[in-house]
Amino acid sequence: MSMTKTIKTFKDLQGIFDRLRTERLLEKTRITISSGTCGQARGSVEVVEEFQRQLKKHNLKDKVTLKVTGCHGFCEVEPNAIIRFGPDSQRSIFYQKLKLEDVEQIVSDTVLKRKVIDRLSYVDLETGKSIAYLEDIPFFQKQNRLLLSNNVLVDPTDINDYLAIGGYTALQKTLSQMSPDEVIESIKRAGLRGRGGGGFPTGRKWESCRKAEGDIKYVICNADEGDPGAYQDRSLLEGNPHSVLEGLIIGGYAVGAREGYIYVRNEYPLAVKHVGIAVKQAEEYGLLGENILGSGFSFTININRGGGAFVCGESSALMASIEGRIGEPRFKHVHATEKGLWDRPTTLNNVKTWATVPLIINKGADWYASIGTEKSKGTMIFSLVGKINNTGLVEVPMGLPLRDLIYSIGGGIPGGKRFKAVQTGGPSGGCIPEALLDLPVDYEGLTAAGSMMGSGGLIVMDEDTCMVNVAKYFLSFTMEESCGKCTPCREGIKHMLEILNNISEGKAEERDLEILEEIGNMVKETSLCALGGSAPNPVLSTLRYFRDEYEAHIKDKRCPAGVCLELIHYSIDGAKCTGCGVCRKECPQGAISGQKKESHKIDKESCIKCGICLEVCKFNAVVVG
Amino acid sequence: MKRAMVSREVDEIVSRYEGQITGSVGILQDIQNRYNYLPKEALVHMAKRLNVPLSQVYGLATFYKALTLKPRGKHLISVCMGTACHVRGGARIADEIQRRLNVKVGETTEDNEFTFEVVNCLGCCAIGPVMVVDGKYYEHMSARKISPILRKYETK
Repeated sequence: MSMTKTIKTFKDLQGIFDRLRTERLLEKTRITISSGTCGQARGSVEVVEEFQRQLKKHNLKDKVTLKVTGCHGFCEVEPNAIIRFGPDSQRSIFYQKLKLEDVEQIVSDTVLKRKVIDRLSYVDLETGKSIAYLEDIPFFQKQNRLLLSNNVLVDPTDINDYLAIGGYTALQKTLSQMSPDEVIESIKRAGLRGRGGGGFPTGRKWESCRKAEGDIKYVICNADEGDPGAYQDRSLLEGNPHSVLEGLIIGGYAVGAREGYIYVRNEYPLAVKHVGIAVKQAEEYGLLGENILGSGFSFTININRGGGAFVCGESSALMASIEGRIGEPRFKHVHATEKGLWDRPTTLNNVKTWATVPLIINKGADWYASIGTEKSKGTMIFSLVGKINNTGLVEVPMGLPLRDLIYSIGGGIPGGKRFKAVQTGGPSGGCIPEALLDLPVDYEGLTAAGSMMGSGGLIVMDEDTCMVNVAKYFLSFTMEESCGKCTPCREGIKHMLEILNNISEGKAEERDLEILEEIGNMVKETSLCALGGSAPNPVLSTLRYFRDEYEAHIKDKRCPAGVCLELIHYSIDGAKCTGCGVCRKECPQGAISGQKKESHKIDKESCIKCGICLEVCKFNAVVVG
Repeated sequence: MKRAMVSREVDEIVSRYEGQITGSVGILQDIQNRYNYLPKEALVHMAKRLNVPLSQVYGLATFYKALTLKPRGKHLISVCMGTACHVRGGARIADEIQRRLNVKVGETTEDNEFTFEVVNCLGCCAIGPVMVVDGKYYEHMSARKISPILRKYETK
């Protein structure tokens, strides 16, 4: 570690800001490639290497800045490139689904001749026309990307990039101008609520921790993002880790902690890596450590990796895990703000909550409070996934109706299928039907609909999704993840799942639905922690809105969506079958027979319903019913 | 496995965490990364180094889902069981792999070639259903795509 890097005073930091900003203003052409986990899974690393080769070949290495960043949020079209000609440029060219072979043309046509390559542009789903500029793409247009927009601007492995966009100015302001009480007051006035899903007022949490007795206190960043279908925390940690660190340091200052922990899911290797690099760089710059910026305030951050236990996303279980124990929650008659980690006053917040803190400090509490609804302020990042055209991370003001999220931004359901439900809040949430699509999305609205905000996953389901199967899926998940400490959760969920299994196998009776509801409500009311307390939600909400589907399974022994294996069988529509023989060759069971050019048949006895015939048939002749 | 070597390697891992109990889960992860699983000798030595009962280390090793006491095969296959993958047919992928390899979740094939695991969500929902083999992501999986992929990894 070279000591020359250390920023010792506020004035030194200001000097760095000024220098980096000037450098940016001189920049001519910038190519930004999204290279988060999704991007890398689709070959972004190779695309970046090809760009490096091509820029070198054309002698452009000094004239063009190539930025490799985290996820830009539009997962559907990754890897994508954003090309901007100078910092004053109002528009950026957006290229999607890049392949190695596209790179040469981008450099020769777009970078050198400023020509837009039509075939690489995003195609509007409604008009079928291609859209050249990012600013015109509906997916981006309708968002308010307070947190996510910075992902596009910074190389997450370079602290200078974060400083260049004004990173750590909020820390500078906090340490030089604000008292801890003023920081807390500001967060309170902004109306920020916990983004992990609980929605507890952040300022109030900080205040009780500050007031709690004890000289050693802790702050924790919960990055154990376990909800399936939610990955916004990963995206922030991967794409802009310093924003999270900055928030955590400010929080430490406000509550009186000198030590912070980031508990991150080990299933997110890139996030673990980037947050590790960020902590190291912040230490080298003196933004972490002793006497930060000469303010007298000292603060360090430790990183703890999770062990693949969902329950560790629960705050008391998470703290147990940091302490090196098994991650079992405890009863919270005493709040963590008084007795948390090692029985010391502790403030735990979600990644998004911490990342929002610098914004509030910089732009003001009143500005933040002006966004959103009366009780839910600011923006929320949702992961819009499942049966949706524009899969991605979308950041919108609280209170936007679900319909706008799914249709205006998400582009609706693929393949002309019918919307059935949207699941929010992960395994703790519920399914919301079409009739409630105009529901404004905020903490209260979702709870009233029998679901919850949770970590912001929005999983869209269409007519081919069976709601009994979905309920079964979530319940199997929570049963697996229940730590087993309290009886209602350990036994109750198991019994509910047994009933659901019977329903999906056509073995249930009508009165089972009442039993299901009864056990569900019992588990909800009597479980020790939020895992059990919310586990019945997927079942109770589907029973509330999709009872007819449950009844079809029970009374008619029929799965309307064609999903539950015991209630469906595969057959071949003789009128459509051309006898091409593809399904016969592909069937792993040898269950399909038929002569060439004659219609084929599936033997029901040996068919295992694997679905391969359905997948390979080009004539839609395979029928599931 | 040579006990002296295991002890030395565990010493090195434990010292990364300054011998602190708070590093336990991380230490176990690192041991698993080194040996592909958690060998008994390593756990015994770790408990000694941290000065805690072996039962405590064993408790951790069996509580956390990502940790395993059983040796893994040459190749690790994980299928994402996230909600987005599920509604797009992720369970079918998992079923088909289990059928092809004749193993259950968490098991290793008899020839020690493949270990099959499921993971709750990898957070790359746009490309689901997702299957990962030795860190390589396979996107938009279908039951039919499995065999040709597995064949690439089988020892010839």
